[in-house]
This record gives sequence, C-alpha cells and structure tokens, in this order.
Amino acid sequence: MRTMTPPSPDGATSPADGGGKRSVTAEWQLALPLALAFASIFLAPLLMLVGVSFFNDDKISQPGFGQWAKFLGDPFSYKVIADTMLLGVKTVGATILIGYPLALVYLDASPRVQKVLIFVIVMPLLLSVVVRTFAWIVVLGREGVVNTVLMQLGIISEPLRLLQTELGLVISLTQIEMPLMLLPLISVMSRLDPNLRDASAALGASRWRTLFTVIVPLSMPGLVAGCLLVFASSTTAFISQSVIGGVRLIYLPLLIWQQSLVVFNWPFAAVVSIALLISVLTVVSALSWLGRRSGGYVHG
Amino acid sequence: MQDVGKSKAARALDVEDLSVRYGQSLAVDGVTLAIEPGEVVALLGPSGCGKTTLLRVIAGFVRQAAGRVRVDGATIDHLPSNQRNIGIVFQNYALFPHMTVAENVAYGLRARGNRGPEVQAAVTRFLDTVQLGAFHQRLPRQLSGGQQQRVALARALAIEPSILLLDEPFAALDRNLRLDMQIEIKRLQRTLGLTTILVTHDQDEAMSVADRIAVMNKGKVEQFDTPVAIYDRPQTLFVNGFIGTTNLMNGKIAGLQNGMATVALDAGASLSLPAPAGIGLGAPVHMSVRPEQLALSSVPGPDTWKIEPGLALPIGAQLVHEARTADGTFLKIIEPRRAVMSEAARAYCTLAADARPTLFPRSP
Ligand SMILES: Nc1ncnc2c1ncn2[C@@H]1O[C@H](COP(=O)(O)OP(=O)(O)OP(=O)(O)O)[C@@H](O)[C@H]1O
Ligand SMILES: [Mg+2]
Repeated sequence: MRTMTPPSPDGATSPADGGGKRSVTAEWQLALPLALAFASIFLAPLLMLVGVSFFNDDKISQPGFGQWAKFLGDPFSYKVIADTMLLGVKTVGATILIGYPLALVYLDASPRVQKVLIFVIVMPLLLSVVVRTFAWIVVLGREGVVNTVLMQLGIISEPLRLLQTELGLVISLTQIEMPLMLLPLISVMSRLDPNLRDASAALGASRWRTLFTVIVPLSMPGLVAGCLLVFASSTTAFISQSVIGGVRLIYLPLLIWQQSLVVFNWPFAAVVSIALLISVLTVVSALSWLGRRSGGYVHG
Repeated sequence: MQDVGKSKAARALDVEDLSVRYGQSLAVDGVTLAIEPGEVVALLGPSGCGKTTLLRVIAGFVRQAAGRVRVDGATIDHLPSNQRNIGIVFQNYALFPHMTVAENVAYGLRARGNRGPEVQAAVTRFLDTVQLGAFHQRLPRQLSGGQQQRVALARALAIEPSILLLDEPFAALDRNLRLDMQIEIKRLQRTLGLTTILVTHDQDEAMSVADRIAVMNKGKVEQFDTPVAIYDRPQTLFVNGFIGTTNLMNGKIAGLQNGMATVALDAGASLSLPAPAGIGLGAPVHMSVRPEQLALSSVPGPDTWKIEPGLALPIGAQLVHEARTADGTFLKIIEPRRAVMSEAARAYCTLAADARPTLFPRSP
C-alpha cells in the first residue's frame, strides 16, 4: 500500500535537495562493485547459454543455427511449451480457487487463530521440496491415502490413477506452491482498511457484492503477485514435475534435463532453456504489467 | 447549493442499556440514550471512551453483549447492517479508493438495484449538494481531506438514510472549512429530517452543532443534556472538568440549612451555596467554579480568600489572571480588561456576582 508522503515545506527543500542529489550519485557508485559481481554471476552464464545454443553439434565445435532449427521445426517442442504453460495456468487457477477463500478466512480470524494459520501456511516452505514431493507420492499412490479412503468408503472400486497424471501433479503443485499465493495475498488484504467492508455493508451491499466490488479489486496487487510467483515456480518445478509426473508427462524442465544430462546435447538443452525462459518471462511480464495497473488503486 | 429531496418523517432512535464487550473489557457500559426524531446528538468524550464502538453497534457492525437499539420503537438488532438504512461517515472516510467520486456516491444506489439515469441524477444532485459536482471523475486520492469528507457525506446521504452517524467528520479539516461543514451538515440534517449522531472530542463543535450532548467516559454516559445545561450544571466531576475550563477548590461542609450549605474553603473563606443532594455535615467537597465566575478584589472579607497573583495574559477583550491560594491551589480568573491593576488590587479573590459554583463530594 502506498502512503502519500506530504510535500516537504518549501524552505527546507532546496538545501536538502542539493545534498540529496549528491548522495544519490555517491550511493550509486557505492553499489557498483556489487552490481558488477551480480552481472558476472548471473549475466555471464546467461550469455554463455545463449552462446552455446548457437552450435550445431554436441561437442560445441561447429557454430550454426542447427539446434534452433531443430527445436522450432519440431511440433513436439510446441506441445511441450504449451503443456508447461498450461500446467502453470492450471496450478495458478487451483491456488487461486483454494487460496483466495483461505485468505478471506484468515482475514476474518481472531489474532490468535491468525498466528496458527500463518504457521500452517508457511510450514510447507520450511520443508524441502523433495520431502513434500515424496509425501505426495505416499498420498496419491495406488495404495496411497486417497485411494485407500475412497475405496473403503465404497466411492470407487478400482484405485484411481493419480501418480503420473497431470491431475495428480496439479494437486501436489497446488499444495507445494500455496504459500507463494497466500503470503502476498494476505499481506495486501490485511492492509486493506476494514472500514471499507463496513462502509459497503452500511450502503446496502450484500457480502458477495462487497467481495466482488470492493475486496477483489483492491486485493488485485496481491493476487497478481501470487499468480506470478506460483506460475514461475510451478512451470519450473523440475523435481515435482519429474517425480510425480514421471517420464511420460514431459515439460520443459524435464526436456532440459534429458538433453543435458542424459543425451549430453548441451546446445539443444540451451535452446530449450532459452525457450523456457522466454515463455515464462512473457507470461510473468504480462502479469506484472497487470499488477502495476491495478497497483495504482491501492493506497493508504 | 441546492436542496436535496423532500424532508421525510424523521425517526426516533433509542439506545437501551447497551453494553459492548471486547474480550474482558467493556467498551460500552450500559448506555441509554433516547434520541428524538430529527435531533442532533453529539457524543463527546476522551479518546477510547467508546464513542466509535457505540456508533458501530447502531450501524450493525458490532454485536452488543446486552441491550437494544430501536428505531421508531422497533428493535433493529436482528438486522444485518446492509438492511438498516443507516448512513455512516467514518472517522477516516473509508471511500472506495478504486472508484471515482461518482462511483462512490452511486455505490449505495447500485447496491439497491437502481440503474441508469436515475442513479446518474441522484449522484449529480448529491455531489452538487456538497459542492463537488466538478470532481465526479476524480479518484478519492486526488482530493483534499475536506473534499474526501464531503464525498463520504454525499455517499452516505445518497441512500436517503433515516439516521445519520458521523464519526469525527470534521477532525481533518481546518478551522474555516470546519465551520462551513458544520453549518452545512446542520442545514442538510434539517432539510432531510435526519436523526443524527455526531461523534466528536471537540467540545466547541458539540456545543455549536448539537441539540443535546451525551458526555461519555469509560464506556458510560455521564450526562445527556442540552449544551447549556451541560456547561452550567455539570452533574459529575468528570463532565465538569471535561467541558470548558474550571477551577477546583477543596473545602468542607461546615453547615447545612434549608438546602443551603456553608462551605469552608481550605483557601480560607466561607461561602453559602446550594447543597448537593445527599451530602452530610463535615463532608469534604470540591467546589468547581468557572474562571469567569471568579473576581479579584482588594478588600478582605468572610467570603474572600487571599491569593498570590501571578501572570496576567490578555486574551481578546479579557484578561486571564493566574493566582495561587493559601492552600496551594492554582486558580484561573477571567476578568474584563481594565486599566493596569496594582498587586494590592489583586490580593484577594471572591465569587463574581452571578457565579454558580457546583459542589461535588470528594474523598478525603
Ligand atoms: N476491535 C477491537 N478489539 C478490542 N478492543 C477494541 C476494539 N475496538 C475498540 N476497542 C477498545 O474499545 C474502547 C473504545 O474504543 P472506541 O474506538 O469506541 O473509542 P473512541 O471513543 O471512538 O475513541 P477515539 O476518540 O480515539 O476515536 C477502547 O478502549 C478500545 O481500545
Ligand atoms: Mg473513534
């Protein structure tokens, strides 16, 4: 939430401003070594990746556009990109459907219950992704908790196939990524003026109307931030994708792994990496553009 | 400025023995207020005394632990706030930040299922009433505090409520605007026949706008009366100290006869005053007297006491004298500004001719 800073009184502005400008320059220069270090750590590998992608052979000896042609000419590539993006969209959808009501419950809870809820929400973050993923195997497996319960209740006669299906993967990713949706959502929503709901009610609006005309629009920045994090994280969740999805569900991260560590075709792996990077970045920047637009509504 | 709508039948609002509990503490403690149709009542009291909480119960945002709220005799306690038709202006306005001024004002009408030109007309009418017609496309954050306050008022009035609740609506306004808005609210309230509760901790505001004032302290209503009665005949020591400036002097009841008490002041004087109910001989008392009800004198007497004069500050056409009595009490005395007075002319203090001091029991 942006707070409006009152303009400083005129008299104090000019001398302070001059000092301010000088110190801004100085700060910029101070940050330079760190910026260079970051550039070399993050930018250099990226440039190398781009460089490697322009070699035709896996020995990285013949420069050329061969790998790009291979990737872009193969319909399978587009299917994998689409599947990966779709997985992200489905996970985002599921985290919104479950996370938004949860955030509303959190908002209405008493402070003590809120503390417990926050702990429950953050806890998955404290566990390793590997542990969480294997827990989901136990839950979703043929003789897992879900199937056992459903069979005992007589709802199904055959165990459901949940592992190595997209449904199972979306279910587990929804749980695994949920904190990334809930934390920004709760942080934006709990800063909303509680009087706004009361004002809406006093003006005659029902709870649903208040939800959709006041709370949802004003929580957009949190929602967008959550979508962004969940999308970026679920589309690149290699461990969950490969352990729960198995080898039959192929997403970009798995493809990269196969190409680099199984087939040892690094140039092709580089091409797929760049494709993943660009696809995710495109969606993420579209989302964050939306976020900036709606962010304008929220202020103190 | 144009008039809004026709005046409707005003409604009576009764708050009966209302208590609100937050955890262990009582935020509102057995409050009873019978508010006449079309009346403006000010809730006056220090911060945290339960004024906002009382409004929130009437608006239906908070459930009471005990007591009832009635409108025209019918209890409204079972109604959710969106069915109470009570207009409320919040302490912080609570405008919808993502909606334009016009959308804010239209909100209540749309929530009631009104659409189209009818809503447009009402929005224009109410925005003109608060003189903000030109601002209908702005967002709340593009308005000054006073303008936001007027939008909040227009938004509350647009649903044509029968009761209007105002929570410190003028707190953020500068003096001139504050006066304008006070007059404006009073005028709107009259033409619309709105029973109004105004929360404030500014006693001047309460005095000038309200027909009656409820002085609250620690969740209780200490006195519910007209402004004049509250000022002249405070019923409790708290009301006495909270409204206006006052001097408190310690003394004892030295005699009781025919409803009159002889009070022996610790400062060294003996005064004959109307006795408060249930006071006994020898009981320690506070005597409360307004600064303008004290007078300076140069001659000693049985009803004067010696003072040590201090600073004299001119305030307008008056002079505020500070003085110290023999028992160490500091007094404020207000007199019309006269020619320079010598120390000797200010050696004694007494009650002015029309003084009406009040006696309150005191724990010894
Ligand atoms: N939601 C709440 N939970 C717990 N205690 C509360 C809550 N709201 C108010 N209180 C307490 O109830 C008491 C009355 O609060 P209230 O807001 O009614 O005061 P007020 O008279 O409006 O004060 P102010 O003039 O500062 O606005 C205070 O002691 C406050 O701490
Ligand atoms: Mg308040």
